[in-house]
Amino acid sequence: MTENLNVFAVRTLTQKEYFAPGHRACQGCAEVLAVRLVAKALGRNVIVSNATGCMEIVSSPLPFTSWRVPWFHVAFENTAAVASGVEAGLKALMRKRRIPRKKIISLAMAGDGGTADIGLQALSGALERGHDMIYICTDNEAYMNTGIQRSSSTPFGASTTTSPVGKVKMGQITWKKNMPAIAAAHNIPYVATACPSYPIDLVQKVKKAAAIEGPAYIHILSVCPTGWRSAPELSIKLGRLAVETGVFPLYEVENGKYHLSMDFPKLKPIREYIKLQGRFRHLTDDLIEEIEKRVQKEYEALKERAKQGV
Amino acid sequence: MGKRVGMEVSIAAAEAVKQCNVDVVSAYPITPQTHIVEHLSEIVANGELDAEFFCVESEHSALSVCVGSEAVGARSFTCTSAQGLALLSEITYIVSGLRLPIVMIVANRTLSAPLSIWNDHSDAMMIRDCGWIQYFVENGQEVYDHVFISYRTAEDREVLFPAIINMDGFTLSHVIEPIELIEQEKIDQFLSPYQPLYSLHPDHPVTMGAFALPSIFAETKKAQEVALCSSMPKILEVWKAFGDLTGRYYRPIETYQAEGADTLLITMGSFGETASVAVDQMRAEGRSVGLVKIRLWRPFPFDDFKNAVKGAKHLVVIDRAVSVGGPKGPVASEVKSALYGMEGHPAIYDFVAGISGRDVAPIDFIKMVDKAKIEIEEGNQEGYELYGVRE
Repeated sequence: MTENLNVFAVRTLTQKEYFAPGHRACQGCAEVLAVRLVAKALGRNVIVSNATGCMEIVSSPLPFTSWRVPWFHVAFENTAAVASGVEAGLKALMRKRRIPRKKIISLAMAGDGGTADIGLQALSGALERGHDMIYICTDNEAYMNTGIQRSSSTPFGASTTTSPVGKVKMGQITWKKNMPAIAAAHNIPYVATACPSYPIDLVQKVKKAAAIEGPAYIHILSVCPTGWRSAPELSIKLGRLAVETGVFPLYEVENGKYHLSMDFPKLKPIREYIKLQGRFRHLTDDLIEEIEKRVQKEYEALKERAKQGV
Repeated sequence: MGKRVGMEVSIAAAEAVKQCNVDVVSAYPITPQTHIVEHLSEIVANGELDAEFFCVESEHSALSVCVGSEAVGARSFTCTSAQGLALLSEITYIVSGLRLPIVMIVANRTLSAPLSIWNDHSDAMMIRDCGWIQYFVENGQEVYDHVFISYRTAEDREVLFPAIINMDGFTLSHVIEPIELIEQEKIDQFLSPYQPLYSLHPDHPVTMGAFALPSIFAETKKAQEVALCSSMPKILEVWKAFGDLTGRYYRPIETYQAEGADTLLITMGSFGETASVAVDQMRAEGRSVGLVKIRLWRPFPFDDFKNAVKGAKHLVVIDRAVSVGGPKGPVASEVKSALYGMEGHPAIYDFVAGISGRDVAPIDFIKMVDKAKIEIEEGNQEGYELYGVRE
């Protein structure tokens, strides 16, 4: 029932597109859908600082652009710093009455590599300094732009071009880095997870982040058919399964307090999620069970945290 | 005339940044640049400058913050040295490609390894081709003056390039010199508030930093190269305007006792002052020796340089960095390419001296001139040595 409602509710979003069609994203790319929803949520009064990566490449081949809002790309690892500079520059210019005062959102966007790996230091610095900005990580769980190399955000067991399945190894041997927890550890006012398979939830979270003063961090799971070896038409379904199996729970951390956006008394079997993706094709029953146990444990811990209100 | 006061050069640099009414300062501490940032933070803390000040988590972010603020139209400043410059070097190429007129002071220091905090030009040479306007200044007054000169030049719509002021670490950054301060009214007259040609603002959305396919990249690079070389008349014009305002006229190439000299010392940075003492001594002995100082490193003033050394028989180039495995000193290599094909061009002897802050006294310049003379006369037309090294 809720699923159907969500399908209709999307139509209540603005018809205006700030991220124009005609970009070069792959078929079934959920990341680009996430970006489009983020752009809708924030409207025109935004300046986007985008890290190097898929979203940058698909949207800005000189002399074309998909962006109808001011958009800035500098490098891979420094997006948080750049967006903090945008915020600081605007603040100074408005205070010194050189440009009219109005609310302009500074939005930083980067993928999981640009956030959890190479951009982590700049992100930590920007969060610690307390800039009034939104940082969005669109997480497709590997370096997809360069050809599906593993990142610290790649889930355990996934096969990538640098965590391949071999005679003695079975893909990624480390567990996904918990970026939202790292962001929350900076004691910023707002942290959330979202997924474009739940568009209304995503848009609401982005709007909330925009309304809050100070740094906000939103971690968006973005299904990547190319890298996940999944059918493009299954991207929305996969996003939902990630949430329903507990692999990627949707929650918020407001002023340090955890709150589950969606609770499931019983999680769906993880196999339903895994079986649709070629990157997990090699996983044995034992390994799937190991993953499921860990996912359940982490989900319970999160639930407990939300219940305790801490 | 402005007030002449004894002041540490780093403090004077920070005071100049304040007088430019900079909007955003972002930096990370590294010796010997620290005093500039410390004093700027005091200035902001005391409300003497209305700016956003950030001591960020790395030099890479320090420049990146400036990139963001400059792109929205805020006048931005950062400064660094050696390892810090190396860390942010990735962004230097991007800033010039984006044509953002950020001004950065580099208190020149040796690049590791071995780790050394002392002065030479190895850091500046690492980013030689980053596409910024690059000055090498000689004394504290020049540091102070070039902050104003840099902003006005960089922000000119016919220029729009970032600028680096290279000042020797410790030798300049940590010494107290007499500085003639310029009245604020004069500065306000010389430097108007920054009016960007393009900036990031929702009222006029633009895309900045798009990626280029091979089919268009070469054209963008060509445009950048032409623009930087064409900025030369503006660089000269701003120096002239500054001279008219203060009486201190600067040129891309400065000469001292060079007219008709057989031998010319070529220096860059604070060595110019020491070398001029040596030149005085040699002139007093009746020797035909002069000095040519390169103040503008990029865009390189080829014509001015050629004119300055015309008629000389020997050039003694004093480099402050080694191009390991390459053509030895980077300044000598530049000089050679400037003079290549020039009929009857002088013999060029290259010394790398004073790396990692090793002291070079006037007597050392005399010794280098003597050594070069012997070597050249013995037929070593393009000699090179690391001066004073124990082998």
